Amino acid sequence: MLKARQLSFHFAPKVPLLQDISLTLCAGQWLGLSGDSGAGKSTLGQLLAGYLAPQAGDVTLDGEALPKSGVQPVQWLPQSPELAVNPRWRVGKILREAWTPSDTQCQAFGVQAKWLSRFPQSLSGGELQRVCVLRALAPGVRFLVADEISTMLDPITQVELWQALKREAEQRQLGVLVISHDTALLERLCPQRLHLSEGQLKPW
Amino acid sequence: MSQAQPRLRAAFSLGVTALLVMGLVASQWLLGDSPQQMQFDARLAPPSVDHWLGTDALGRELWARTLAGLALSFWVGCLAALLSTLIALSLAAIATLSARLDALVSLLIDTLLSVPHLILLMLIAFALGGGTQAVIIAVAVTHWPSLARVLRAELWQLRQAPYVRISRALGKSRWFVLHGHLLPHLIPHCLVGALLLFPHAILHEAALTFLGFGLSPSQPAIGVLLADAMRYLSGGYWWLGVFPGLGLLLMVLGFERLSSHLRRAL
Repeated sequence: MLKARQLSFHFAPKVPLLQDISLTLCAGQWLGLSGDSGAGKSTLGQLLAGYLAPQAGDVTLDGEALPKSGVQPVQWLPQSPELAVNPRWRVGKILREAWTPSDTQCQAFGVQAKWLSRFPQSLSGGELQRVCVLRALAPGVRFLVADEISTMLDPITQVELWQALKREAEQRQLGVLVISHDTALLERLCPQRLHLSEGQLKPW
Repeated sequence: MSQAQPRLRAAFSLGVTALLVMGLVASQWLLGDSPQQMQFDARLAPPSVDHWLGTDALGRELWARTLAGLALSFWVGCLAALLSTLIALSLAAIATLSARLDALVSLLIDTLLSVPHLILLMLIAFALGGGTQAVIIAVAVTHWPSLARVLRAELWQLRQAPYVRISRALGKSRWFVLHGHLLPHLIPHCLVGALLLFPHAILHEAALTFLGFGLSPSQPAIGVLLADAMRYLSGGYWWLGVFPGLGLLLMVLGFERLSSHLRRAL
């Protein structure tokens, strides 16, 4: 169980972004998070994944602090896949950075074998996002923070990506925090949803 | 065309500079002891068919001495620029380890940049007893700050790049991130930085030698040739200073052009 307790965070002193935020994400749970631009959704996602350290409060996994080394059980998937990959590496090397997915797993996410020898610049945003999602599903990963991962994709690619992720999450009982502006998408994917506004979480 | 042109120019500069370097390296074997051979019947002979660039006060061929001097300057410049780049890269990497180390490296950079190059060069070369080794160390120790500043900023920016943070989250070690993600990104910066340092290193080596703090007067270094020429300039022996100076200028300009084209191309 991933638990955030009374998290507070600010980038500039006296301008709090998040105040006393608490949330729980269980294995296999899909939780939606919406909010206006600049509300702090991505910051909260990065706090949960251990990319940022809160000024107050803590994030625990099964009652313990997030590990400092090894494959992190909480993986963050950013909105822009082109920033999430080393532009000097070929796609095959990017994908194998943490683990080697099987052909079946590649097919499930629509990752084609011919992409592996290419550089990321020659792939579209949607193709690269599939690679990033598959890379994040390394063994040992238990929770995903999907930060607007389908915003820049066309509707068909969006559906394919979410379907593949849903199947994988069900099989492995992954907990997923879906961050999006798209309330219709959150309603379809997540039985529980939260709205972030003025540094506070509210259910909707 | 806008993208191909800088690469074409860089390739052309690289080709010309490579030819120049190969010529200089080959000249070391081809010349043998010609730069030191004295002809007392042809002392201070002006440029002619027999003596292409003239001779010096001991009847030594100036073209052979200029070539040997340029080759010597090239090796000194290469080693000093390489050493300087390594110092810059190491300190930039150390600066990214913590805010305190970053402040310390920044202070070191600012301090060195605030002291005039030549004075520091003379002091270090003098303290080390002069000679080729002392010149290389002195030039290397004084020329790294500008490059270190660029590399430090680049590394700080890179460390915040999502793909670097994701790599750490995927369980990769600091060492893997450094050699897998960060260093390959810095190679073009280091290459251009070293090439930009090279002309400075050559000029400062020549200046140090000219002032008597650098290479030994027995070596046919450009600085030694120019210092010798000073004594004869008032006598109208212009070739003693003009040709070694021109050679030095051409080599420095060649490498300067190459580095500026490479900077645009990379």
